[in-house]
Amino acid sequence: MISYPPLALAAVPPSRLLSLSFIDVLIIVIYFVVVLAIGFYLKKYTSTGEDFFMAGRKMTAWIAGLSFISANLSSLETMGWSAMSYQYGMLGAHAYLIGAIPAILFLAVVMMPFYYICRTHSVPGYLKLRYGEPSRALAGISFTFMTVLVCGVNMFAMAKVMQIILGWNIHFSIWVSSVTVAIYVALGGLLSAVFNEVLQFFLIWLGSLLIPVLGIIEAGGWRNMMASINAQHPGQNFTSLWANLGSAADNPMGMHWTGMVFGLGLAISFGYWCTDFLQVQRVMAARNLRAAQNGTIIGAALKMMVPLIVTIPGLLGLAVLTQKSGITLVPESVAQATGGHSYNEVLPLMMARYLGPGLLGLGVTSMIAGFMSGMAGNVSAFATVWTYDVYRPLLNKTAGDSHYVSMGRWCSIFGVFIAIATAYAAMLFSNILVYLQVLVMFFIVPLFGTVVLGMLWKRATPAAGFWGFLSGILSSITMFIYVHTLPGSFDASALNPEHVRYIALSPLAKDMAVNMFGGLWSLLVCVLVTVAVSLFTRPKPDSELANLVYGLTPLPREGPSVWYENPKIWAAVVAVVLVAVNIIFW
Amino acid sequence: MDKEFRIPIWFFIGALLGIYGLLILCSGLYGLVHPPERQVALSYLHADIWWGVLLLVIGIVYVRKFRPNR
Repeated sequence: MISYPPLALAAVPPSRLLSLSFIDVLIIVIYFVVVLAIGFYLKKYTSTGEDFFMAGRKMTAWIAGLSFISANLSSLETMGWSAMSYQYGMLGAHAYLIGAIPAILFLAVVMMPFYYICRTHSVPGYLKLRYGEPSRALAGISFTFMTVLVCGVNMFAMAKVMQIILGWNIHFSIWVSSVTVAIYVALGGLLSAVFNEVLQFFLIWLGSLLIPVLGIIEAGGWRNMMASINAQHPGQNFTSLWANLGSAADNPMGMHWTGMVFGLGLAISFGYWCTDFLQVQRVMAARNLRAAQNGTIIGAALKMMVPLIVTIPGLLGLAVLTQKSGITLVPESVAQATGGHSYNEVLPLMMARYLGPGLLGLGVTSMIAGFMSGMAGNVSAFATVWTYDVYRPLLNKTAGDSHYVSMGRWCSIFGVFIAIATAYAAMLFSNILVYLQVLVMFFIVPLFGTVVLGMLWKRATPAAGFWGFLSGILSSITMFIYVHTLPGSFDASALNPEHVRYIALSPLAKDMAVNMFGGLWSLLVCVLVTVAVSLFTRPKPDSELANLVYGLTPLPREGPSVWYENPKIWAAVVAVVLVAVNIIFW
Repeated sequence: MDKEFRIPIWFFIGALLGIYGLLILCSGLYGLVHPPERQVALSYLHADIWWGVLLLVIGIVYVRKFRPNR
């Protein structure tokens, strides 16, 4: 999918899996009308910076939680992880279990009080308060850079899906969806993004859920589906969560369990869920601390259910597609050379298999909604960080609130145009999700090390925060270059097994495994440098760390509440369910 | 949050799901009389009809419960 240059992509003749009926087109058109209508409706409610960038800090726990998880349900989720499940089997579900839930619960119970009480507008804003301006500038600039790149990948993925399924012109898809997002985010800011994300959550689920339901019926039930996968892939274990992780040679990902636990489960997961401002912004905008914590936990519970609409379609592809349709999916480069179907097409192919007129329109709308929620999340986070953490402190410190709101509206539009340019350039990696993983590893994972040390260790100094974060970023980039350096050349789409063995502890490791271990090492580098520099530099006095650091932050009393509003109880329930799911599918 | 807006987000969701349910249900019923050329897998289950009914019911419930100025 991403192995050829943009112009070659444009020259690919449209191949079409499906034709939409009139009713399908009508369903898609109605969706665009409604999201734009919401944007125009909400414009009158966003007159101040607090309204535009933080949705007025009035969201209920349910709205915050639905928005939190919907912003993450982008094209990279639905298409990318379905493709991962086809490639790696049940291992793909780890992204929703150990790769998400512990981190989300940690965000809710441990980190959210600091974010909320210090009343910052963003994660880089917290760094400013805790470490000072240099750390904030580094985080703000790297975050805005990453955000527009991810947004560009989103756009490209959506346009590619529309081309594969419907034969739509790839440029038409990019421009229509991105301009729509730009309009409604520019009009209503985070408020508009959140409203639409809640709407998109329902559409994504109701448009996607029929595929696993019908697929499992066709496969003859869950046990028969697993038996069919095992029968069609003798000698390969696609159906276990943990049983095949004892050795890198035992699973299709080339992954050892330590990489899954510490790489995905600790470094990448905690980096993404606890410090990626796209996610954190949604729950920081809740109306009080309890709503922010409960909204985050609602998001965790919903996240655990996403494998139903993402992992199962990938597994169904393994069980059903070859057996009943004679289709075997291949890597993108092979698909391009042979005219076959690639891993990334598994979800559209399953959609084509089960959804007739009307339902197909809903299914396509659910994918568009997923793409647009991801884009809107990136755009609204970009607007906030650019305005509050780059523009205001570095370029214009003295403007009034209305000026910053205006800046937020314009940079929403500007950010979309940068992302459009990125979409045409984001075609270097063998799988679209690997692209996101690389970006997360570069910036977000070290950021987590810096933030969590700042919250939990008052001895961490301003200089240590900056140098720890910077060294984490540089080590990530160095490792990326190292594993892709071949004898005599550099190829971002190929791995050098001789170098991979030192990063991922096995020459068999694939892209995902390399990224997980790379994330772990960059986190360790960040933490070690931060601790070392702290021991030789002067810390801030306690008086400057109030409401920022554990032990110096009294939690506000929010009045009595009934037991079912206690975040710790629900966090424990979600944790127990997580353990049970892992045991059941071991 | 919803109390501050004249039209709550849940109303938008209900209205959209209701319209979608009605369209999909009508499409499914039409398909009973005039089966489409391209038959999908398990078409005999008529998923479009019962899924359309489900969306319609959810939509009606949300629209009634969260209608403006209720």
